[in-house]
Amino acid sequence: MTTQAPDATVPTGGLLSHLTGFVDALRGAGIPVGIGECVDTAMVFNSVDVLRREDLREGLAAVCVKRPSYRLAFDTMFDLWWPLATGDGTAIGGSGDGEGDPDNPEMPTNADGEADINAWRKMLADALLNGDSDMLRRIARNAVAALGKGAAGGGRESYYSYRVMRALSPDTLVAQLLEGLLKGADKGGMGEAVARQTIRDRLAEFRRLVDAEVRRRVAEDRGKENVAKSTVRPMADQVDFLQAQADDLAELRRTVHPLARRLASRLAARRRLGREGRLDFRRTVRASLGTGGIPINTYHKPRKQHKPELVVLCDVSGSVAGFSHFTLMLTSALREQISKVRAFAFVDTADEVTDFFAPGADLPSAVQRIGREANLVWFDGHSDYGHSFEAFEEKWPEAVGPKTSLLILGDARSNYRDPSLATLRQIVGRARHAYWLNPEARRMWGSGDSVADRYADVIEMQECRNAAQLAEFVHNILPGA
Amino acid sequence: MVRGVTTNSSAKASNAPVVPHRPHFASVDEVLAKLSEQGYLADRATATTVYLADHLGKPLLVEGPAGVGKTELAKAINGAIEADIVRLQCYEGLDEARALYEWNYKKQLLRIQQGNASANASGETWEDASDDIFGEEFLLSRPLLTAIRRTEPTVLLVDEIDKSDVEVEGLLLEILSDFQVTIPEMGTIHAERRPFVLLTSNATRELSEALKRRCLYLHLDYPGPERERDIIISRVPDVAPALAEQIVRTARALRAMELKKSPSIAETIDWAQTLLALGINTLDEEAVKTTLGVVLKHHSDAAKAAGELKLN
Repeated sequence: MTTQAPDATVPTGGLLSHLTGFVDALRGAGIPVGIGECVDTAMVFNSVDVLRREDLREGLAAVCVKRPSYRLAFDTMFDLWWPLATGDGTAIGGSGDGEGDPDNPEMPTNADGEADINAWRKMLADALLNGDSDMLRRIARNAVAALGKGAAGGGRESYYSYRVMRALSPDTLVAQLLEGLLKGADKGGMGEAVARQTIRDRLAEFRRLVDAEVRRRVAEDRGKENVAKSTVRPMADQVDFLQAQADDLAELRRTVHPLARRLASRLAARRRLGREGRLDFRRTVRASLGTGGIPINTYHKPRKQHKPELVVLCDVSGSVAGFSHFTLMLTSALREQISKVRAFAFVDTADEVTDFFAPGADLPSAVQRIGREANLVWFDGHSDYGHSFEAFEEKWPEAVGPKTSLLILGDARSNYRDPSLATLRQIVGRARHAYWLNPEARRMWGSGDSVADRYADVIEMQECRNAAQLAEFVHNILPGA
Repeated sequence: MVRGVTTNSSAKASNAPVVPHRPHFASVDEVLAKLSEQGYLADRATATTVYLADHLGKPLLVEGPAGVGKTELAKAINGAIEADIVRLQCYEGLDEARALYEWNYKKQLLRIQQGNASANASGETWEDASDDIFGEEFLLSRPLLTAIRRTEPTVLLVDEIDKSDVEVEGLLLEILSDFQVTIPEMGTIHAERRPFVLLTSNATRELSEALKRRCLYLHLDYPGPERERDIIISRVPDVAPALAEQIVRTARALRAMELKKSPSIAETIDWAQTLLALGINTLDEEAVKTTLGVVLKHHSDAAKAAGELKLN
């Protein structure tokens, strides 16, 4: 299915097959859409005014998108399957759509008929200053058409958002916008911090609009199935910890917190399980008075509670930078959920970092303090698991006891140094549970300087490359296991 | 037998009556208008989803961070369709007896004892007695059962479903898909009229696929700056638009920080009211410093915000 002619709408084999094609594409992008939901999409068509594109979008989203992390992929697909307009936006823009205004505003050109960058920038600055979303959308659409085109491989042309961004360089407008928003108020105070945030929000909006427009253009050129494969990013819970980008990390943070809560409640699950405690005679007799002396309900004394104690040992060396950020995130989240947590960090020697994660402490500053104040480097600042375990065992032998759950987080890449398996075995033997989460793919274990295989004999090691696997791990730690 | 109850023998899927459903809204615009009459300024996405939930007669699962107006949405819908709200507040340990129904065993025991005394005289059999004690009179209705048995328009709000245990989700499935409750001793009770079902969740845990499949899904987030300003002005009519604008921008700056608890919409409204009560017309450093406690409820948050906004 390709659309070469600029004036053609997307050719389909009828609305229904277009709809099922759309649902298929959603599934291809990793969004689970059941058969019942597929039927519901048809009902959405019956219910909403399909000429209002945004209503259709939200209606389909309500049926198909059941997790916020799917939304970006859904929007991408929706724009491809129900394009607003093709070409320069003059073909099928519905009137009264509110956003389908096909009329180009007078886009400034200079004498040669080329885009006048300075005038564009001025228009963009005005729109950003006033927070005029409609204007931003129009500028994004026209800017992609005029400035976004570039040579792709094989003598073809394609559209790129970076070209638009480089040409208009909206980031350099910040100073000017700040001036405009503050209106002469003094800089450096709260006003500036607030204004900067407003500008950041609006710039992000513009970038989103440009990205969406580029996707639409590229889709027209290449056919929507091709683009769907290449532009849809993996969901946050599938992102590899070791390759996570800054905004993925923000997304991960949101998924880790609830996970920590679950991990904590799993470790303490026996607390709530069953009523096997001893019979509470007094309560049972009292309650039986309401039923004429027949003890219908028996009451039991609560079991003695097992308060979970957790010891987290995490590698914070450079080789696992992405993962260690995440492990610290998890540690700090666990610290808030479980009262008895002791956290230890290591590079080539271990140090206790519990205090840096006092409840309410700020994570980024905790990470900085660990780097600055904790004593993690003993020899050369390269990971040394063996020495770290020995140091841990020597300095804090009391940390791990029969009530303790031990969680080790790291890639087990020990730079060919002695892994001290015996020490680890000793520690693990004392603990109630012990798990090791390894951010590397299982097939990499034991390759190069990795001693993961050998450690895995001593301790239960799990591959934990993304949030989804972490969720699975948490799910599998059954109560009392 | 009670109205709307089919006995066990006849409760088969094939002849289960279709629960009558009468939509309340005619169009998305009507949803928008009616919600704003209730003082709830919805965006078009929210209105479309509410309209669809009403039109298709499906439950609506609303997920989002705390304080974006999820429960408020349920109340506004309740007002807009002139219904009564039946609320099930979820918590850890919530069970069937608290959510669905319970037999009033004390009353049942009394009935049996009274029956024993008169049984010999009247010739009452075991069947008579057991039919009787598992009848309507001995049933204690809990929110879910109450909601589907009502004949008047009803909004069923299942609040903070993510706080409950996983088993509660299983309990909800029958109600959400078929609007019926099966009580083993009585048979299946069908809804007299479909309630408008709204579930809210703060996403502290992932809900089961089965539950999500039965619901329409709406992710609510903090509103855009213009809409939040309008919300403040509609709730606190005396506030000057310029001040409302400042409040919104500052609140957005606070939300962009990594705080333990971001300011909710309700809190920005409180903030506007506080500033109004104190007679403060511009939100400058001094004003923020004195009133920050209205929007930030953790000491560490307040300290961090003060640092980033350079209040000291």
